[in-house]
Order: sequence, then structure tokens, then C-alpha cells
Amino acid sequence: MQLFDVVFYVFALITILSGCVVVFSKNIIYAAFSLLFTFFGVAALYVLLHADFLAVTQILIYVGGILVLLLFGVMLTNNVISVEMKTGTIQAIPALIIVAIVAGTLAGLSYSTWKGVAVPAPGGPQTTTGTLGQMLMTSYVIPFEIASVVLLVALIGAAMTARRHRNS
Amino acid sequence: MGSLGSFWNEFSAWLPHVQLAHFLIVSAILFALGIYAIATRRNAIMVLMGVELVLNAANINFIAFSRYSTDMNFDGQVAAIFVIILAAAEAAIGLAIVLNIYHRFQTVNVDEVSSLKE
Repeated sequence: MQLFDVVFYVFALITILSGCVVVFSKNIIYAAFSLLFTFFGVAALYVLLHADFLAVTQILIYVGGILVLLLFGVMLTNNVISVEMKTGTIQAIPALIIVAIVAGTLAGLSYSTWKGVAVPAPGGPQTTTGTLGQMLMTSYVIPFEIASVVLLVALIGAAMTARRHRNS
Repeated sequence: MGSLGSFWNEFSAWLPHVQLAHFLIVSAILFALGIYAIATRRNAIMVLMGVELVLNAANINFIAFSRYSTDMNFDGQVAAIFVIILAAAEAAIGLAIVLNIYHRFQTVNVDEVSSLKE
């Protein structure tokens, strides 16, 4: 095993184990903080895949934005002082069986289909940021603009939806 | 059992050398965990966390295929950027809806919020 493989297995284990804590933990605060380690592990996998810009974006947006937003949601919708923070599950056993079948099928298909693909693409530029920026401004400019409109609509919509109505 | 033994030999020889399929298998496990959270958790915020796990699994697939394609093209990474953008928008809208549900029903358990109109 080379260093690349060792690093991959370390971060894959961090990702999957903290993902299991997210899913199976009874305490929603533990789940939210375990999601932090999942996001960091996924960012490390991006670095291993030579996607440095996406790794930084992952940390900035997921950890800095989405996770904080989820924690705000937890704090605002649970009565932190009085009620316990535990949440239950419904239909856990059938869901576990079906999900195990799905995971096994996907993993087996991935292995049997793609096990021959060993050599990564040669070289490429040292950093991906410039190339990604050029692609966003040339061949992906329409989806880029639509995404900016989607973000604006989501911003306004979330602010309008979440505020309290005075007269109701 | 001979075929199973030969499969196991091949698999154990394949396992230590990280390739494309390793990333895909990690992504499959993460996807299954997210689906499990979506299907079973009662708290709506836990359901949103499951959605984030599923989106992260999809992103790992995009970037892994982009890395291991014959020429290193960046289309997968651009797709991953759009997935992240939509995940941010989804989290904001979803939490706004969850806050509204909490104000209306005093609970965020998705199995108790079942009435369309008061």
C-alpha cells in the first residue's frame, strides 16, 4: 500500500463512521456535529481526487454555511432547555434491510463494472480553479446564470417563508 | 464455493490499491446512509441532514468519474459545483419551511405533521 491508499482509507473510514453516527445517533446535536466530520472527510476525498477548489468550496459552504444553518434549525425548533433532544425513528428494521440491499447492489455494481479502471487521467493543470472559472464563463455560462437566479430566489423565498406573520 | 474463493482472492488483491471503484463504493455507502436517514428519522432536520449526505455521495461520484476519465476533463467538477449551489438553496428553503411548520404545529416530527388545512 502506498501513501495515497493509506490516506484514502483513513479519510474514507472517517467519512463513513461519522456518517453512521449522523444516521444512527439518537441525539440530534451529536448528529449535527458528526456531520461536520463527514463533510471534512468528503473534502479530503476531493483533495485525493485532485479537486482542490471543490474541497475548499465544500468546507466553506457545507461547514461554514449549511451546517451552521442546520444547527440554527436545531436550536430554533427544539426547546433546548426543557425537552430532551432525542429523536426517534420509524420503521427502522425494514428500512435498514432495504438500504443494506441498495448499498450492496450499488457497491457490487461499482466493483464489477469499474474495477478495471485503475490509471487516473494524466496530469492536467496544477490547480483547477482557473480551468473551472473559464468553463463556468464559457461552456457553462447559461447554467451559471440560472444558478445565480436560483440562489436569489432561494434567498428571498427563505426570508419570506421563515418570518413570522404579524396578523395571523 | 470455488468461484466464491476465486472472487475473494481477486477482491482482496484489488482492495489495497485505491482506484475509481473505491471512491464509488464509499459514495454508495454514504448514499445508503442518507437514504436511511431520510426514510426513518422523525425529526425534519434529520431528514435534511440525510439529503445532504445523499448530495455529498453524488458529488463524490461526479468528481471521481471526472478524475478517472480518459482525459482529465472538468465537466464532473462543474456539475459538482452546481450540486453544491443547489444544496445551499435547498437547505435554506427547507429550514425556512421547517421553522414555519414548528410555529404552526409546535413540532417538527414529520409523521405528526399530516394535516393539510386546519
